Amino acid sequence: MSQETVKRDRPWLMRTYSGHSSAKASNELYRMNLSKGQTGLSVAFDLPTQTGYDSDHPLARGEVGKVGVPIDHIGDMEALFEAIPLDQMNTSMTINATAPWLLALYVAVAEKQGADPAVLQGTTQNDVLKEYLSRGTYIFPPGPSVRLTTDLITYTVDNIPKWNPTNICSYHLQEAGATPTQELAYALSTAIAILDAVRDSGQVPAERFAAVVGRISFFVNAGIRFVEETCKMRAFGRMWEQLAAERYGVTEEKQRRFRYGVQVNSLGLTESQPENNVQRIVLEMLAVTLSKNARARAIQLPAWNEALGLPRPWDQQWALRMQQVLALETDLLEYGDLLDGSPVVEAKVQELIAGAEQEMARIAEQGGMVQAIESGYVKRELVKSHTRRMRDIESGALQIVGVNCYTQTAESPLTGGADSGIMKVDVQAEHDQIAALQAFRAGRDQGAVEAALAELRRAAVEGDNIMPASIACARVGVTTGEWSEVLREVFGEYRAPTGIDIAMAGQADSPALEAVRERVRATGEELGRPLRLLIGKPGLDGHSNGAEQIAVKGRDAGFEIVYEGIRLTPGQIARAAQEEGVHLIGLSVLSGSHMELVADIRDQLAAIGAQDLPLVIGGIIPEDDAAQLRAQGVQAVFTPKDVDMNAIMDQMVTIIRQHNGLEPLA
Amino acid sequence: MERAALGDKAAELAVAVARGERPALARALNLLDDRRPAARQLATDLLARLQSGDFQRDSHLIGMTGPPGAGKSTLSAALIRVWRQRGLGVGVLAVDPSSPLTGGALLGDRLRMQTSDTDEGVFVRSLACRGEFGGLSAEVWPMSLVMLAACDVVMIETVGVGQREIDVSRMADTTCFVAQPGSGDSVQFLKAGILEVPHVLVVNKEDMGAVARRTLAELGNALGRSHRDGNWQVPVLSTSAANGTGIEALADTLAQHHAILLRDGQLDTRRRSYQAHWIIKRLQQEFGTHGIARLGGENTLAARLVAEHQSLLDQYQAFRQCLLNPTYPEGGNTDHAQS
Ligand code: B12
Ligand SMILES: Nc1nc2c(ncn2[C@@H]2O[C@H](COP(=O)(O)OP(=O)(O)O)[C@@H](O)[C@H]2O)c(=O)[nH]1
Repeated sequence: MSQETVKRDRPWLMRTYSGHSSAKASNELYRMNLSKGQTGLSVAFDLPTQTGYDSDHPLARGEVGKVGVPIDHIGDMEALFEAIPLDQMNTSMTINATAPWLLALYVAVAEKQGADPAVLQGTTQNDVLKEYLSRGTYIFPPGPSVRLTTDLITYTVDNIPKWNPTNICSYHLQEAGATPTQELAYALSTAIAILDAVRDSGQVPAERFAAVVGRISFFVNAGIRFVEETCKMRAFGRMWEQLAAERYGVTEEKQRRFRYGVQVNSLGLTESQPENNVQRIVLEMLAVTLSKNARARAIQLPAWNEALGLPRPWDQQWALRMQQVLALETDLLEYGDLLDGSPVVEAKVQELIAGAEQEMARIAEQGGMVQAIESGYVKRELVKSHTRRMRDIESGALQIVGVNCYTQTAESPLTGGADSGIMKVDVQAEHDQIAALQAFRAGRDQGAVEAALAELRRAAVEGDNIMPASIACARVGVTTGEWSEVLREVFGEYRAPTGIDIAMAGQADSPALEAVRERVRATGEELGRPLRLLIGKPGLDGHSNGAEQIAVKGRDAGFEIVYEGIRLTPGQIARAAQEEGVHLIGLSVLSGSHMELVADIRDQLAAIGAQDLPLVIGGIIPEDDAAQLRAQGVQAVFTPKDVDMNAIMDQMVTIIRQHNGLEPLA
Repeated sequence: MERAALGDKAAELAVAVARGERPALARALNLLDDRRPAARQLATDLLARLQSGDFQRDSHLIGMTGPPGAGKSTLSAALIRVWRQRGLGVGVLAVDPSSPLTGGALLGDRLRMQTSDTDEGVFVRSLACRGEFGGLSAEVWPMSLVMLAACDVVMIETVGVGQREIDVSRMADTTCFVAQPGSGDSVQFLKAGILEVPHVLVVNKEDMGAVARRTLAELGNALGRSHRDGNWQVPVLSTSAANGTGIEALADTLAQHHAILLRDGQLDTRRRSYQAHWIIKRLQQEFGTHGIARLGGENTLAARLVAEHQSLLDQYQAFRQCLLNPTYPEGGNTDHAQS
């Protein structure tokens, strides 16, 4: 036995989610990562690209090239994959509302490289439903969004058969607070909504439908409770297989297999003692690799400095090396399934399935996932779960090492250094991108662009598959903003429910909360009316968790909270503050554009005569930026390490009191 | 501060509000919300100015109600767009129904109403329902008066069928009820007589097809022909706020009702009876039915309030002072018609 050469399984696909500044800079990064042994690409796009704006659009200000690569047109896409032969690459693109467009660009670049688009391999995330619930880069209302999703699916099934046209995502749901049961239920309900829509679109003949089901893959999360998370993966596999067989009549075993990629949990990665994140990431990776029968196909890991800011190449390398050590050094891949037959595991799997089935029935009762999203039901359930989590962290019922226990620490050598341990995007990148875009526009055949856009509009209006017209647009140099604008005009835009209208906590309130509430009440009385707080999410940033939690806590503390959801312009926020007569503006910015956005909002406030309103901000704000903001008059800056939200409320009351010349309260 | 100085300040603010200056309108609304004595006095003076002949204009106050999820906010947004195209300045008071005991509230229904961040012609103020005054906050009516001085159309938007809806109908010139297709509620309420109140019924979401048409037909049948105010046939309209269909027709119908009120000279009478209703309700809250009895009973008091032609808070304060005087009505001048 020991003499035989051990047969190892092939490792999963190892990726690093990356992209920044410009197509050229990202291309260099990709080539370096590939040379380090990374086996696939995972493209992060910047927020304007994801929400369908050109780099020179006013809403793109400060966001260009920040959290991903800006792609305005085919020239950018070509530069992104320069010297990377697309017919040999496996590329995952985290792109949703504009997924048909980015795929169109990908196809057009492949053609230019001389490759046959039919052989392309990779993934478009293309799951807009979870954008309404968590990720925030939706554009159109649910109806048209589902149509675009299904158009992309049916197109690739026919024309790019190895493409994964959609990744049904539960990853982002856990990042917005979902429990394992909710992850299962909402992801599978989303899959049902999409597959039903494909079936009902009539674009796929019945005999080809099993092939569509076979192309559906998932993007899943794995949190720190890794035993339960492993069980969740097994539950996923079983439920999906059953769904494929029973609802869609898929007979071939291969087409019913639950195929999934993973990014492990980032919500639980901390700003305090960030080195502890390494342990967390490794344990979470175990959850999706331990059980061979429920193992991930592709894994990307966050970096140790996740809660500080964007990772540098070295940080990403470290994350990649974690995967390599597990796959290459350990003996994990030498064995069959380690968990089969364990009664403990089986019981947990059954429990998760039962809970998920119950929640799925609730969704079905409401008419399906789309309806349950539109009514705000699902979002409210997520906010409730996240609120429970935050409350448990506050009370200590949920222990997080370095955050609410064992907080004492020696000075970290990791966070020092000139860059404070994170990557800083060069501000010049935005200027360069805009200049290049304007030059590109000037150099193209305008007549061809207009004809292609007219055809796109026709296809959108008449219900033809959107892909052929989009690919034609890509070839002639249409821009991301132009493609999106045509569809905005045809389909309209949408604002998703915020989900914060949840009931107050049933349990007894903590003394700390009671104390803040009293201070809020007393201050309101002194100022003549209840304290009002505007919570604003400016820019294209979709990170809503913090704003939602602050809103709910503020309500519980007795504030009247005005919160209108994500993606507002500085002008809208300034006006809302004035119209609503608030005592304080609280901004939440996690996208890295806080300096530009705060400056814009202050200008807007001054323009309408409301410059004297006090302002605080929370989010991912590096310390030197925070100092600068405070120097500019921002009253307080909060970051992820401020987990005591009662204390945050308290500080806001103090700011309001000081601003209005009231004496400190005893 | 001296009353005279306050008077100047009130006059200045009134002029700025009437000119539609947004910071002034915001300040005035804050003031009406402010319970400190000096603010109360200033608010009283402000309303006295705004309700005086100098600032009278024929603005239209519309109440929009209906069950949650029927599409009121979306429909309001669509209506606002039409009004803006017609060059009308729009004010919105969005009343949030939830009011936990802590006093805190989550407001954000304005999110669907925002049309553009450069349009100066729309002003939205959200209000928590602070658990007093039946279904709506006491501030809604005085705030409406301020908005009416600054805008051509003012809309009070609130969730609800039943009490809150009746409350709105006691403030608005025109009450509009938005029904959800397929929900039996609306028809039920109609039959129970609760829905006698609205002047305009809308079945939204006509894009849902058959189910919307069915509800439209049911409402059409269940409905008596004319409104009990007289002189008005209650129309049942069909819209899709999502697709923007039927919105122009709804705006036209609302405007028609307004025109009839103006033509028949009813607008003013109606607002005065609403004012009386508000004052009585507030006094009742503070002094109980006994207090109202001391003032001669509800009917007499209402008649007196309507006849007096005084501004809202002046009138309210005057009667409040009466009741704060323990010997009243001995020295007073009521007709002890009822008790
Ligand atoms: C959860 C999460 C997500 C979720 C968001 C879900 C949601 N609906 O919110 C998902 C998975 C969707 C997501 C997506 C993306 N993310 Co993300 N995400 C995170 C993560 C892991 C946690 C953020 C969070 O929710 N924390 C929990 C809340 C409660 O904490 P908080 O917001 O910090 O709020 C606390 C304080 O800051 C403060 N506070 C915050 N706001 C306010 C406001 C007021 C008024 C007050 C008083 C206080 C206050 O109080 C709160 C209580 O403690 C962070 C990294 C991290 N660990 O922090 C990355 C992070 C923010 N994401 C990042 C990126 C890049 C993205 C993407 C843009 C990637 C891409 N290229 O597509 C996408 C797109 C999102 C979009 N549309 O904008 C980066 C941002 C980089 C930067 N700023 O330089 C981060 C830092 C990760 C990283 N290191 O790369 N993300
Ligand atoms: N299909 C359809 N949906 C609509 C229409 N109007 C609103 N909605 C949707 O109905 C839901 C509730 O709308 P909202 O305006 O918030 O309702 P409110 O609670 O009455 O203010 C949202 O999901 C809207 O997108 C419409 O005309 N047609």
